Amino acid sequence: MMGIQGTARHAHRRVARVVGVLVAVALAVAVLSLLTGSYALSVAQIGEILWGRSDDIGQLVVVGLRLPRIVASLCVGAGFGVAGAIFQSLCRNPLASPDIIGFTTGSATGALATIVVLGQSGLATALGSVIGGFAAAALVYLLALRRGLTGDRFILSGVALSAMLMAFNEYLVTRAELERAEAAKTWLFGSLNGVSWSQVTILAPGIVVLLLCAGLLWPGLKMLEIGDDLAVGLGLSARRSRLVLMGVGLGLAALATALAGPIHFLALAAGPLARGLVRPGDPGVVPVAIMGAVLLIVSDFLAQHLMAPFQIPVGLITGAIGGVYLVVLLTRRTGGCG
Amino acid sequence: MPTDQSRLAARRITIGYRDRIVSENLSLDIPDGRFTVIIGPNACGKSTLLRALARITKPSEGAVFLDGMAIATYGTREVARRLGMLPQFSAAPDGILVAELVARGRFPHHGLMRRWSSQDQTAVTEALAATGITDLADRPVDALSGGQRQRVWIALVLAQQTPLLLLDEPTSFLDIAHQIEVLELMRRLNRHHGRTLVAVLHDLNQAFRYADHVVALRDGRIIAQGTPAALVSADFVEQVFGLRCCIITDPVSGAPLVIPLGEAPSPVSDDFAAG
Repeated sequence: MMGIQGTARHAHRRVARVVGVLVAVALAVAVLSLLTGSYALSVAQIGEILWGRSDDIGQLVVVGLRLPRIVASLCVGAGFGVAGAIFQSLCRNPLASPDIIGFTTGSATGALATIVVLGQSGLATALGSVIGGFAAAALVYLLALRRGLTGDRFILSGVALSAMLMAFNEYLVTRAELERAEAAKTWLFGSLNGVSWSQVTILAPGIVVLLLCAGLLWPGLKMLEIGDDLAVGLGLSARRSRLVLMGVGLGLAALATALAGPIHFLALAAGPLARGLVRPGDPGVVPVAIMGAVLLIVSDFLAQHLMAPFQIPVGLITGAIGGVYLVVLLTRRTGGCG
Repeated sequence: MPTDQSRLAARRITIGYRDRIVSENLSLDIPDGRFTVIIGPNACGKSTLLRALARITKPSEGAVFLDGMAIATYGTREVARRLGMLPQFSAAPDGILVAELVARGRFPHHGLMRRWSSQDQTAVTEALAATGITDLADRPVDALSGGQRQRVWIALVLAQQTPLLLLDEPTSFLDIAHQIEVLELMRRLNRHHGRTLVAVLHDLNQAFRYADHVVALRDGRIIAQGTPAALVSADFVEQVFGLRCCIITDPVSGAPLVIPLGEAPSPVSDDFAAG
């Protein structure tokens, strides 16, 4: 009896410790991001700026450029991370993250279409992203019909659709005017360059609300992991839970994509990495979200500074790390699952 | 609406899958406070019946009644506080710990606001103890043997603490000692805790030894039901399973013991069968 209670207490402490460390890392990198760059500032200057007692340039750089980028990276990272963990649980497969199975690529297609074809931005792009993501998910679902969400057929259908959509996205870029095409191209890699408050204020609240929904639905997600029959037996409306969770996961991936492009690797890795740190046991939604946020803010810091003054798209950084991670995952994974 | 019926009952239900009807117009009362065992050949509809009783499959006609009301009229968590169901196959998520998995049995007792309580803790502790896996609480489920894993699943539905408990072949994957252990556990739950149990079992001798009430199914129909002593004869076994056998009395429990005759019975066995 003591053993089991002790386990529960240890688990809580472990989660708290991991969350504490991750939050500290995120804060440290956030402060570094505020201070450094082509226009370097001191801590004292930042303080003055944030209290509104500073010159216009400092104000512009910190409040107008760096702060929205930090907020965006935290929201997008958390959004992708939780979206990935949701689909990995629903499909019982570590490869089933929205960036691998074509959902984020679909969102990118939808967003690109609004930018290139309709010449829209802001809310319309977000809407296009959501529609594109849901359409891609519906297509993958139809392609894998009768086999259900679990099983490799679902993943393979998604990978195939993802490849087709990527080609189509490239085509959309070629249709755009030169200036737009360059921005679109960067965005397609996944980038936080030029993220502004106007985008953040539209999309970040949506992501936060969906993260809260994910938190509420998390126990149901964990029940679905032990199989539909048992979950129903334990009082879960399995079909409805699955649909709602898919909606939340898709929504998170779509809004995150609308804000920062189809950034790879975050959705795939945040869940397993958080689980690895909290282990043993399920990490819960908070460590997963914060892990996603930390991964992106660190990657974006690297993207901004590795080749300064050139800013490379953060998607290239995450893509490089993600490739290594995927190889490790595939070589360590034995046999099929689901 | 039927009134004087047992807590769990099926009334003229038709059940099946998209393209195949398994049972038609089937009615069954699960005797309260008893240990009921469903037997029958492979693919006779045992699991489908159990799934229908646990509202996992919905009958296309008729209804399952729980405490006098159609089970579909309850909220699914409300059902889960009265009736537990262990499916035949379950897969544990990667890396989950025994105590963590068993704790998921407490799900129906939680709400949006109601979180983990000492009551939950007690339920999990008791379930672990009852299945003899207290020492394994901190181990990952993937690292356990098949028999230990099956006991974890049973502990999970025990932690659910429902007065009614349905189990689909709970003894599969277990060696003989663990099979008996599980059956004894079920008998204890029934005798000492007053739980109504329904199990699908494959081993006839175990079924007849532990069941208070046997339901024999063939081709989706209930062929016979009753106490093992009243029900079991060589003819009965042949009728249900198409197996020629003779019946002797189990010297330990006094229950009927089925001795299959095999394809080429010796004259001695024929005598047995005739007598």
